[in-house]
Amino acid sequence: MLKIKNLKADIENKSILKNFNLEIKPGEVHAIMGPNGSGKSTLSNILSGKKGYDVSGEVLFENKSLFDLETEERAHKGIFLAFQYPLEIPGVNTNIFLKTSLNAIRKARGEKELDAIEFLKLVKLKAQNLKFDEEKLNRQLNVGFSGGEKKKNEILQMSILNPKLSILDETDSGLDIDALKIVADGVNSLRKKDNSFLIITHYQRLLDYIKPDYVHVLMEGKIIKSGGPELALELEKKGYENFN
Amino acid sequence: MREKEIAKLKDYKYGFATDIESIKAPKGLNKEIIKFISEAKKEPKWMLDWRMKAYERLKNLKEPNWQKPKYPKIDYQDIYYYSAPKSVSEKPKNLDELDPKLLETYKKLGIPLQEQQRLNGIAVDAVFDSVSVATTFKDKLNDVGVIFCSISEAIQKHPGLVKKYIGSVIPLTDHYFATLNSAVFTDGSFVYIPPGVKCPMELSTYFRINASQTGQFERTLIIADKGSYVSYLEGCTAPMRDENQLHAANVELVALDDAEIKYSTVQNWYPGDKDGKGGIYNFVTKRGLCKGVNSKISWTQVETGSAITWKYPSCVLKGDNSSGEFYSIAITNNHQKADTGTKMIHLGKNTKSKIISKGISAGFSDMTYRGLVDISLKAKNSRNYTQCDSLLMGNKCGAHTVPYIKNKNSESNIAHEATTSKISEDQLHYCQQRGLNPEEAVGLIVNGFCKEVLQQLPMEFAVEAQKLVGISLEGSVG
Repeated sequence: MLKIKNLKADIENKSILKNFNLEIKPGEVHAIMGPNGSGKSTLSNILSGKKGYDVSGEVLFENKSLFDLETEERAHKGIFLAFQYPLEIPGVNTNIFLKTSLNAIRKARGEKELDAIEFLKLVKLKAQNLKFDEEKLNRQLNVGFSGGEKKKNEILQMSILNPKLSILDETDSGLDIDALKIVADGVNSLRKKDNSFLIITHYQRLLDYIKPDYVHVLMEGKIIKSGGPELALELEKKGYENFN
Repeated sequence: MREKEIAKLKDYKYGFATDIESIKAPKGLNKEIIKFISEAKKEPKWMLDWRMKAYERLKNLKEPNWQKPKYPKIDYQDIYYYSAPKSVSEKPKNLDELDPKLLETYKKLGIPLQEQQRLNGIAVDAVFDSVSVATTFKDKLNDVGVIFCSISEAIQKHPGLVKKYIGSVIPLTDHYFATLNSAVFTDGSFVYIPPGVKCPMELSTYFRINASQTGQFERTLIIADKGSYVSYLEGCTAPMRDENQLHAANVELVALDDAEIKYSTVQNWYPGDKDGKGGIYNFVTKRGLCKGVNSKISWTQVETGSAITWKYPSCVLKGDNSSGEFYSIAITNNHQKADTGTKMIHLGKNTKSKIISKGISAGFSDMTYRGLVDISLKAKNSRNYTQCDSLLMGNKCGAHTVPYIKNKNSESNIAHEATTSKISEDQLHYCQQRGLNPEEAVGLIVNGFCKEVLQQLPMEFAVEAQKLVGISLEGSVG
């Protein structure tokens, strides 16, 4: 599904990712762990299509180069990024934003757009599953939401859009234990043989609830070690400093 | 594919001209022309005298020049002051007699005048260059005593009302353009709502400039008698031309005791091309007088068109407990310029005013919010709340906020908030990650920014206005 070969990324002449390699197959869950400044967010930015980076190497999604696709085209193809810092858009109702987003993607895929009633039915169901306060859906997008609510809103969007590849960028940071469980449930309910996940995190904690197939340790722009879930535990014990 | 669609949208879709034979007065501004206009409209002598008085006064006035957008000198002798389709030299009694070319024009503009296609619940007065060519639903309105007709017709049929109120809010000596309008005004709408009547439908006037080298001098007068209510909307479009054309309107509103007037504008005059060639000079004086106690006047404007927009729809809060509101969205793109805002003049006790202004500038455009809140000594216990938000797109445009505040008594309260922001790259990225293309993303963010004002529009027009907001900014990203 996703193949990254020799990816290099610079921003303002500073090298962030160096020779980064990763392959994710359909249905797999990969976790990337690393300390601050190791290049985790750069990776999610580049995969989602954020501008401002000088990149080289190859990133293929379903055998097509992502570098040939605009951000929204990547979204249409089924790439979703749960943002580390979800953006506020004043004056835009959350429901309207979700509906606009879903229908933009459906339209691009040649699927029928949902009308208001069909959409509300869908969103209600998904919100209940995530214990997301429905009243919030009528508020301005992320405006006045707590950190946890913003993150839950990302997962709600993910479950509505049902993407092929979901990238969770430090979704666990700032979540209390209850919210963490809800987020994990949301992810687990989307785990299917065709849906893959890339979970970017500092801590092992989230991985107690979402069992990854692979764990990778990212340091200074490179994956220095890959393994199974046990690697996360080892990392938690030793700390990043002593790990190398 | 996407580029092609955008190119199509960017075209000003009202830019066509109707090929129609018209009667024009010769170019130039002089007594003969004013007599010509007055005679063409079969006006009584008092009206001609009034115009002449304005004309004499005009000789001693100079154009104001304190505004931010500057423009090349206008040669007032090189303008046609009167142009009317030949076929309506007598206003047709019904639509069957109206020139099919005119019917077709309004149909193309999305304002069908024919009985069977009329907009539901909205009465329309259609003004084409210097004359009103049709007014719909007149009979239905007549049943409840509402007068809705062209100002020309009102001068003949309701001289008492016109004489009493015309110039009572904007004196003919007010300032250069108001005085010019008083001398040469041609058509516009007249509305009278009798005491206690809630006007059963939206009233609207659709202004169309068609003839070239012609100025449009609109005059509108709305009177809401005691305890009445009316909601009125005007729309404006013009053909695409390389020349600049002048639209200098005077709009006067009078609200008596307990009356309410809601006045909305969706202004989409031709803005000029992307290099700033052509477009309308929209120099307009709009003022409402809350004459009676507990009266209320609310202005809502969506200003997306014109090469230069220069207007301050204002409220004079004379009656005790009266209130004035101003909700504005002004969008400038390419080389458009706008200097707009409001004046809230508090004269009565316990008067309230509220100003919500949203300015959006893109391209090479320049936008100024200019507003006055003036609370007089006698206007005890009065309040004003002002919120001015500016949104910038790109780094070649400008936004300026110039609030004038005068509070002459200590028992009143004025609050002013202002923000300037840019659409952030991160917001755009977020929307794009959710599948929206950059144009859709900007449309969504800008509509969110304008929401408080869009909500004020009558429902029938809010959707249109929302689309217009998006379209006006096409091509401003990427």
